[in-house]
Amino acid sequence: MLVQSPPRQSAEPRPATVRKRQTLRAAGLLAAVGVLLLVCVASIAVGAKAIPLGEVWHGLFHPTGTGDDVIVRDVRVPRTLMGVLVGVALGLSGAVMQALTRNPMAEPGLLGVNAGASAAVVSAISFLGITSLTGYVWFAFLGAAVVSVVVYVLGGTRGANPVRLALAGTAATFALYGYVNAVQLLDSAALDRLRFWTVGSLAGADLETVGKVWPFIAAGVVLTLLIARPLNAMEMGDDTARALGAHLTRTRVLAMVAITLLCGAATAACGPIVFVGLMVPYLVRTLTGPDVRWILPYAAVLAPVLLLGSDVLGRVVARPSELQVGIVTALVGGPVFIHLVRRKRMAQL
Amino acid sequence: MQRLSAESVTLAYEQRVIARDLSVEIPDNSFTVIVGPNACGKSTLLRALSRMLKPTEGRVLLDGQTIHSMPAKKVARTLGLLPQSSIAPDGITVADLVARGRYPHQGLLRQWSPEDERIVQESMAATGVAELGERYVDELSGGQRQRVWIAMALAQQTPLLLLDEPTTFLDIQHQIDVLDLCAELHETQGRTLVAVLHDLNHAARYATHLIAVRDGEIVAEGPPSEVVTAELVEKVFGLRCQVIDDPETGTPLVVPAARAARRPQEPAAVQQV
Repeated sequence: MLVQSPPRQSAEPRPATVRKRQTLRAAGLLAAVGVLLLVCVASIAVGAKAIPLGEVWHGLFHPTGTGDDVIVRDVRVPRTLMGVLVGVALGLSGAVMQALTRNPMAEPGLLGVNAGASAAVVSAISFLGITSLTGYVWFAFLGAAVVSVVVYVLGGTRGANPVRLALAGTAATFALYGYVNAVQLLDSAALDRLRFWTVGSLAGADLETVGKVWPFIAAGVVLTLLIARPLNAMEMGDDTARALGAHLTRTRVLAMVAITLLCGAATAACGPIVFVGLMVPYLVRTLTGPDVRWILPYAAVLAPVLLLGSDVLGRVVARPSELQVGIVTALVGGPVFIHLVRRKRMAQL
Repeated sequence: MQRLSAESVTLAYEQRVIARDLSVEIPDNSFTVIVGPNACGKSTLLRALSRMLKPTEGRVLLDGQTIHSMPAKKVARTLGLLPQSSIAPDGITVADLVARGRYPHQGLLRQWSPEDERIVQESMAATGVAELGERYVDELSGGQRQRVWIAMALAQQTPLLLLDEPTTFLDIQHQIDVLDLCAELHETQGRTLVAVLHDLNHAARYATHLIAVRDGEIVAEGPPSEVVTAELVEKVFGLRCQVIDDPETGTPLVVPAARAARRPQEPAAVQQV
């Protein structure tokens, strides 16, 4: 190894550069929020039925019960709200998962939460004959929660480490999807009803479901913010984190609870939408660097941008029918993701 | 009473007992080095002292309190540890990594302060990485990286600092570099340092207090000039050698006996154990 004399950098004092970077990050976040607002407007204004902007405005603020008013108020607004909620949930749970497992390719479903929710919903439809979306929600949650606990126990409650957790989650996922497929094959009626749900769609969103899932997502958001700092510490290895005074077990448990709340709620409401929770936090990390305290807010804003944006796109490209958001995010996001990963490390903020 | 000590601890991983009924005191303001052959329990002892490993019996005391019952952050403000395996998060800059050493001094309501900033600056200056602040950690050489990790541990501002084999995987010049840095921290900042080292000659040269461990037992402890003798090296490492004065520093220097001189003795040496 050669002695490398470090390249002298221009004598700009570090506090100034740090402040500049913080300002830049904050400005970027603000811009992202602006984009999200635009996407929300688009999501309310654009749909399978072309409604003039004036009518949309009318429907939002002075509804008189016309057909267009009903579409705007009962279809597009709940759908937009749901898109934002689910996007936040997927972005945050993905970011937490990647930090928790120290794996930039981890996605929210890695701990089996999605699979658990799916298995419970399939059971509810096939064996209990539950048909309404609002009825699924609780089963999805129950499934997500049970599987989280099982995975945590399998992953070794005391010696839990990222690899064991991920392995246990993967095993649970395969087993549960095997079950889901078996039930679907044996019960074709259930298969039909499930088809929409398992692809991931915002189309069925109504205010009642929004009202049911938002408290869970809000709780998940608060939890993730609480564990951002210890997650930062844990990314440097268990020993280092403990030496710094972080509580490993407590943080892991809280992270699992947060993921279950967020991912369970998102899956319950829209079915397993993959990819958003993988791609957004990964890309955010290349923008903000590895500080979880910045990754979380960015992911929480940009994930709904991708989700709602894809949803709007899905309504436009296949008019008068529409493409489900789960398909669009994968179709649009995939190539973009590959492109960005190839030019890894974009100008870091 | 010293600040850090172990009181008749039994150390075990799962069912495998590494050390039984071990007691040790770390002299305040010393640069203590723990030496011993592979798998003798020296790293295990360090892990117990730094509360990474909970003794199955006995207790580790920090300032008179059982370390495992103290709040984690309180311990982390008194005792720092540089473990063998630290992971630098992908794409982190040197300054950001060092700043993470401030963790135990911060909380939800007490975030980054000018004092944190000052201490991070000082820690980077003390370890000679101040100019690298904006560089990515994964671009650095092994020696530079180790300095950055030490800077992070310094930013924790603990009067006691424990280092688990800080020179492993470094080439000779960087090993000396890191040890010089440790000696400097000990001398100029008055910190108590405890390090596990592989190289007996490094230990003899830099330590003010040496602890020799074999099979989970402390065989000898004291200043290197008193502890490092040919008999002790043979007893602890099973190696016949001469101990001469280091021509540079006058500290003991271990010179292993020539192969021909060692061969017939080997069975005896093993039996002696």
